[in-house]
Amino acid sequence: MTVVSTEKDTEALTLTIVAELAAPPERAWQLFADPRQLERWWGPPTWPATFYEHDFTVEGRAAYYMTGPDGEKAGGWWRFLGIDEPRSLSFEDGFADTDGQPVDSMPTTRARVELQEIPTGTRMTIVSFFRSSAELEQLAQMGMVEGMTAAMGQIDGILAEG
Amino acid sequence: MVVRQQERTELDDREVDRIFQALADSTRRDVVVRVLGDSERGQSVSSLASHYAMSFAAVQRHVAVLERAGLVRKERRGREQIVRGDVTTVRAAARLLAEYEELWRGRVTRMEQILAEPEGDDS
Repeated sequence: MTVVSTEKDTEALTLTIVAELAAPPERAWQLFADPRQLERWWGPPTWPATFYEHDFTVEGRAAYYMTGPDGEKAGGWWRFLGIDEPRSLSFEDGFADTDGQPVDSMPTTRARVELQEIPTGTRMTIVSFFRSSAELEQLAQMGMVEGMTAAMGQIDGILAEG
Repeated sequence: MVVRQQERTELDDREVDRIFQALADSTRRDVVVRVLGDSERGQSVSSLASHYAMSFAAVQRHVAVLERAGLVRKERRGREQIVRGDVTTVRAAARLLAEYEELWRGRVTRMEQILAEPEGDDS
């Protein structure tokens, strides 16, 4: 278990997750910088992500879709807000329509990733920021998160298969 | 590894503290009663302020304390700020954050798997 700690702050509307990875920051950085690696961990196994745009520059945009078990697609986009290789990265994450265009009426979240070198590899801290409790409610009502959480229950099975 | 968490329907100590602190003030209790009694339409901050012998800014600060405690929600309607009572927000927020936590735990697990692969293996 490499997740060291998590903290939920319902007042500031943030989720902080700290994990220790068995690789140096330069290697861990590639998980974000390389879209082929990024798409292997971003989506749950039953909703794999495909990043078809990945302009890894400040103010650059990434676009992806996730494909569900019945072939349905859910689009999303990132906007890179800050890049400091290999130490920190922040980006905004939102919903997109089938053409990859941002859906402005939908909630967006912001994430800040920090990679710190430790003797065993990298301590990674990811903070997710939500804009308002109203948007959190909107996300909850859509049931998207619930659906994704349910899909994640299958990870254990996939890991057990090797 | 995915850690299944029990669904959280109870408030933790800090959340309870915030709610009690928010309700410790008589003006704030009065605001909550007013907006809960009219949760469909809500009340504008300015109409709330007309009930109290204090400045608009002071009423706004009270509303902000209640908002942080999850007891009310504020939204903009035109030039007005509308306040609505919402006792479920804190619970909804905690539950959703727990779900995001699971999502990220899954992502970290997949990151580890990728990092465990031999160097230079792009498959």
